[in-house]
Amino acid sequence: MYLNQFLFLAAFLFCVGVYGVLARKNGVLVLMSIELILNAVNINLVAFGLFRESVAGQVFALFVIAVAAAEVGVGLAIVILIYRNRQSIDLTEVDMMKG
Amino acid sequence: MVAQNIVFGVLAVAMGLAAIRVVTTKNVVHAALYLVVVLAGVAALYILLAAEFIAVVQVIIYIGAIVLLILFGTMLTRAPIGRASDLDNDQRWLGVVVALLLLGVMGAVLADAFGSTKLPESPQIQRTGDVGLAIFQTYVVPFEVVSVLLLAALVGAVVIARRD
Repeated sequence: MYLNQFLFLAAFLFCVGVYGVLARKNGVLVLMSIELILNAVNINLVAFGLFRESVAGQVFALFVIAVAAAEVGVGLAIVILIYRNRQSIDLTEVDMMKG
Repeated sequence: MVAQNIVFGVLAVAMGLAAIRVVTTKNVVHAALYLVVVLAGVAALYILLAAEFIAVVQVIIYIGAIVLLILFGTMLTRAPIGRASDLDNDQRWLGVVVALLLLGVMGAVLADAFGSTKLPESPQIQRTGDVGLAIFQTYVVPFEVVSVLLLAALVGAVVIARRD
């Protein structure tokens, strides 16, 4: 197995996630796209860990998974708060910081 | 070696199609289910990369907990359960251009840097015990910091979402 096949697949998942973050306006769908991006990073970490025959890649993938869990908790709390204040989670309408 | 490449090919095609459906489907619940396919594919890739502990953690935390949280969020925000036509904003063609540009740049850099680098044929197996020892010896301080971060994030989520 080549190292590159894993890195290319991770790059593809990352780009699909970036497209989702840019193009979706439903807050929950944006969070799902962020999960795609974080998973792409994890594939890279584990692949490089095997390549270097070091355990550090797996340990850092675990840390990224923990941070992703925290991020989804806070992100959903924010989305629910936006819904409660505006009765909608359309992110294009959350533009109060626009001058 | 051949069997591993066949498995990788099947997984890559399934994950790529499912990931594209996550960001293009018109149905929020379908998007969450396609996300489960991608996450399960990532867990299978970890098995392929001889990281069985991370694969099990992926199944428990991502497929078990995070997808459940996302479905709860869908329910609590009363997102449209059936087909909905207004899930995308008007920047989607700009998004396609940015994503393709990013893919081109990253693909060129990766092909240049790791063109024919092979993974080790018979790697030093990293058992779950080695991962545990590394966490609690070399990386014990980051581990404690991550646990405090998780606690702070969950308390913060409760405070933000509380109704008063």
